[in-house]
Amino acid sequence: MGIFYHIGRYTMMLLSMFTKPEKLSVYWTRLMEEMVQLGVKSLGIVILMSAFMGAVIVIQTATAIDSAWIPDYTVGFTAKQSIILEFSPTIMSLILAGKVGSNIASELGSMRVTEQIDALEIMGINTKAYLIRPKIIAAVLIFPVVIIFSMGFGFGGGWLASYGTGLIPEDQYLVGIQSFYDDNLWMITYALIKATVFAFIITSVSSYHGYYTSGGALEVGKSSTSAVVYSSVLILFANLLLTQLLLI
Amino acid sequence: MIEVKNIDKSFGDTQVLHDVSFKFERGKTNLVIGQSGSGKSVLTKCIIGLHAPEKGQILYDGVDFSAMKKKEKTKIRTQIGMLFQGGALFDSLSVIENVIFPLKMFTKMSRKEMLDRANFCLERVDIINKNNLFPSEISGGMQKRVAIARAIVMKPKYLFCDEPNSGLDPLTAILIDNLIKELTEEYNMTTVVITHDMNSVLEIGDNIMFIYNGNKHWVGDKDSIITTPNKEVNEFVYSSKFLKLFKEKMN
Repeated sequence: MGIFYHIGRYTMMLLSMFTKPEKLSVYWTRLMEEMVQLGVKSLGIVILMSAFMGAVIVIQTATAIDSAWIPDYTVGFTAKQSIILEFSPTIMSLILAGKVGSNIASELGSMRVTEQIDALEIMGINTKAYLIRPKIIAAVLIFPVVIIFSMGFGFGGGWLASYGTGLIPEDQYLVGIQSFYDDNLWMITYALIKATVFAFIITSVSSYHGYYTSGGALEVGKSSTSAVVYSSVLILFANLLLTQLLLI
Repeated sequence: MIEVKNIDKSFGDTQVLHDVSFKFERGKTNLVIGQSGSGKSVLTKCIIGLHAPEKGQILYDGVDFSAMKKKEKTKIRTQIGMLFQGGALFDSLSVIENVIFPLKMFTKMSRKEMLDRANFCLERVDIINKNNLFPSEISGGMQKRVAIARAIVMKPKYLFCDEPNSGLDPLTAILIDNLIKELTEEYNMTTVVITHDMNSVLEIGDNIMFIYNGNKHWVGDKDSIITTPNKEVNEFVYSSKFLKLFKEKMN
């Protein structure tokens, strides 16, 4: 089937979610559950990866610019730029596309092949609004928070590396992190805009692949793989586009 | 009562249903039987609105379903209970939460009222002390019974069962059949059962439609299906060695 068929069906799926909820309290509970599922339960991997990547960035930068002409705080400054601008919003989103995207697609895919979605439909429930909308809203709200955690733990990992290896003095690292203060707010805003867009891409694309699964267990696996692949590719395109639009 | 009138349904170039008309009567178990791929499930999906037929009418107590607005369709759907082939219980919810689910979505009952109603339905299908287990922790037969409890929790006017006996041992299958029949009479529901299981046909077939190649081919009940001279129905009914022997003995 052509790309336009999928774009059309994806758009129709998104449009059909704009309906009045059957019962607000049930949707509120679903939203909270999804925030825990998509955000809180991803914190472990995000913290672990951010701390290690922060440490590695500091070590690599410190060894690469080992020159008397370049001040030590440059390492902290470079680490900050890397973590805020690219590592936390983009690389973390790609990792979350793998974790969250495959989770969403396989959950919805299995619901489809075991007729659970049909069961909801017959009860008179708007299944797209009930199953997909809370995921998208939850991710759009919680992913920026997760990315802020990622930044914090990335800086923490960098500090631990500078403290543990002695490659640069920790106070110089902290000076680098805090340097060019005026730019920091815009950089963080830029990172959070990216995180929000990526959250939408991950959840909506993965939901699309899961929701329209047909067949059996094999197809659920295929949907899950497609969800991760398409989400990742779209994140890369959106990253380029947003960087062009917001930074230049 | 549900009435289908002159239903046509195609998928691409393949016409699956040809001008099918039938009356599914209230208080009776109405069976749609036929070989795999004959169009039974497609007919049911047309009736419950999961597929839109190209031609014809579906009347719920005289009201045309296909002409209804979305709000009216949703209202009708809250009066439909559906038992799926695999049960279609929600994996992430416990037994009691599965049964409560429709009440949560469509009623303003208090939590206690919902629990009372759900427990009543679970007891009615003989599921006791399993409330906090998840679908994966109970047997296939129990899953079917929980699905029946969920289907009747809203006191539906219409009950649809898609191959309720598939994957069950003969004893549990008879238990499920009898439960469907009892509940149909108890709630005075219009029950539609899709099956190709001859035990079910002979057990609960008050009103039977045989579909052959997408056409309504034969109509009768559990008594007349044994004696009918119709060749295709005979082939279907006496396809098993056991029933062939039974027929020879009877002759």
